[in-house]
Amino acid sequence: MTTPADQGHAAAGSGGVATLDPDEVRPTRGRTVPWLRIAVIAALVVLAVVLAYVRSGSGVVVVQAMATGVLIGGVYGLIAMGLTLIFGVLDIVNFAHGSFLALALFLTFGLTQAGLHPYLALAVSVPAMFVLGLLVQRGILAGAMGKPLENQLLITLGISLIIENALLLFFGGNPRSVALPGDRGVPIFEAVANLSRILAFVGALILAGLLYLLLQRTRLGTAIRAVAANDTGAQLVGIDTRVIYAVTFALGTACAGAAGTLVAPLVTIEPTTGSLFNIVAFVVVVLGGMGNVVGALVGGLVIGLAEQLGGIYLPGQSPLLSVFIVFVLVLFLRPQGLFGRSA
Amino acid sequence: MTTTTDTPAPETAAGRPLPRLPWNKHLVAIAVLAVLLVPLPLILPSAQASVAVRVLIFALMSIGWNMMSGFGGMFSFGHAAYFGIGAYTSAWLLVEHRASPWIGMLAGMVMAAAFAALIGFLALRYKLRGAYFALATFAFAEMLRLWATNSDFVNRAVGYHVPLRPDSSWWWIQFEPASPNYFWIALGLTVAALVISVQFVRSRAGQFTKAARDDEDAAAAVGIPVMRYKLLTMALSAAITSVAGAFYVQYFLFIDPDLAFGSSVSIQAILPAVIGGVATIWGPVIGAVVMGPLNDVTATVLRNPPPALEFLQGRSGLDVIVYGTLLIIIVLLLPKGIYGTIRQRWSRR
Repeated sequence: MTTPADQGHAAAGSGGVATLDPDEVRPTRGRTVPWLRIAVIAALVVLAVVLAYVRSGSGVVVVQAMATGVLIGGVYGLIAMGLTLIFGVLDIVNFAHGSFLALALFLTFGLTQAGLHPYLALAVSVPAMFVLGLLVQRGILAGAMGKPLENQLLITLGISLIIENALLLFFGGNPRSVALPGDRGVPIFEAVANLSRILAFVGALILAGLLYLLLQRTRLGTAIRAVAANDTGAQLVGIDTRVIYAVTFALGTACAGAAGTLVAPLVTIEPTTGSLFNIVAFVVVVLGGMGNVVGALVGGLVIGLAEQLGGIYLPGQSPLLSVFIVFVLVLFLRPQGLFGRSA
Repeated sequence: MTTTTDTPAPETAAGRPLPRLPWNKHLVAIAVLAVLLVPLPLILPSAQASVAVRVLIFALMSIGWNMMSGFGGMFSFGHAAYFGIGAYTSAWLLVEHRASPWIGMLAGMVMAAAFAALIGFLALRYKLRGAYFALATFAFAEMLRLWATNSDFVNRAVGYHVPLRPDSSWWWIQFEPASPNYFWIALGLTVAALVISVQFVRSRAGQFTKAARDDEDAAAAVGIPVMRYKLLTMALSAAITSVAGAFYVQYFLFIDPDLAFGSSVSIQAILPAVIGGVATIWGPVIGAVVMGPLNDVTATVLRNPPPALEFLQGRSGLDVIVYGTLLIIIVLLLPKGIYGTIRQRWSRR
């Protein structure tokens, strides 16, 4: 297992200084909160907002973009937390994450068709995706642990192809939607946001907080962080790393499942919807620092904003284009992410 | 389907005795194979002939990918960028400027090589490795897709239709639909790509690139200009894949942003090499021979499904499910691919 870990370090390292996994998983250890960095990022966000105001000349447009961006950004954060957790602990770049989300979308759709309230579907989708994650990790990925990064990438790619196209095969390509009973527009300052959007945001934040508590305050979370830091060491003190790998992957998948149910009322449900979220989640994960769970949440908010404000900067272009521009800049200028600290 | 039996046979025999430097034997094998395949479209019924052309397009894409990601060790998840640049450059020149597809193909190669060198320079300059490198290549391909989808310059999401000509013409690469000429052109391009990749690997540049792949620091320490050879490899790889794009447009007479730059195109460039064997000369070809017909087989199954699967009639997606399953099985059980595993067995004896 040293090889992929080394690769992870080499990849995350900047100028030969390697970042250590514990820092990536637990960035704010109380020792030093990176205030300067937070201030710089906040300043950049303010600058971006001001520029958007200058570009559009309309306050309402900017406030609307910010509201929409932050609200969806919370969901991006939840998805990316799962992805970054998997990367931090298993060193796997999980291309199947979005397809798990798509699966949860269709599951939610099916359950609401059966008369269940969309948010009650969480009680089904989260455990279901957790179990699926366990099965996939134990059944398929466990055989590739410790192999080169490309192997695992290709396997998760294969899984995503299978899931996405199985959905296409069984449900067809017709877009579907889930209606939230009692959904309405809620005014925020001068802007309007749908209640479903606000609830998705709140739900994502609550689940993200629960995940954070799980990682920080429980024995299981401590074990997960220990494996992320040094799996051989963790094994030596009696942690069954195979169980931790499986549980971590399942937790990450459950995040995607929860996010899928939360966004079901917001998006058109198609087999390819998941891959859009997957792309954004990758951007968020790199932005937040691979393996950095809190960074993923902050990164989600930043990318949500970037997507919406980008629509103002580059009218007529897809909002995703601005996401990629941010992505490429971050990859080149700060590949260790905004919060990944060098040791 | 004769291709399946033709391809591995001459090669396994050729690769056996001297695994160290069988390069000229590769060239002989390529020549024999090419000669054997020439009459193929005259024998095959036209439906199978189009499968054969698709096999060659897959092979061409994947030979390009294999050069950068197999021999060069730089895992690309965005070869759709180069395929799409090849397709769009030739389509744009043809539709807007009435330039022959051959000229478009050359222009596309230059454009793709330049773009690859640019991405490569940035990625190497900022020391992107592993997952980061793959994600960066993916991001550039997606950016091209989004840009093409929303730009009037290249007809937005509509893309380009190749204008039909009344007569057949080699200069315009346009023949009647079932013409064997399409196959022969694709065969010529694929053979050229194979010869180039053999020559590349045995050349100084190829050996330097492989050295840099296996141990970059050691390669740099003995004085190999790593950056230069990596960029060269990427440019060559992109140029080969772009040819597949340019030919694709002439064969299917149509291109749009998803067909050119979609992530499924990148996957199609990766799969044949992985199935056949990464960093081998013959891997992409063998993988393409496995993958090409799958599409047709699954389409037939879905058109007339067995009674148990009646409800799947007319649906799509089965072919990709089979690709995905194949991919997982190969990576788990035969990580060296079909050809790589066979070669290993032979050389061990």
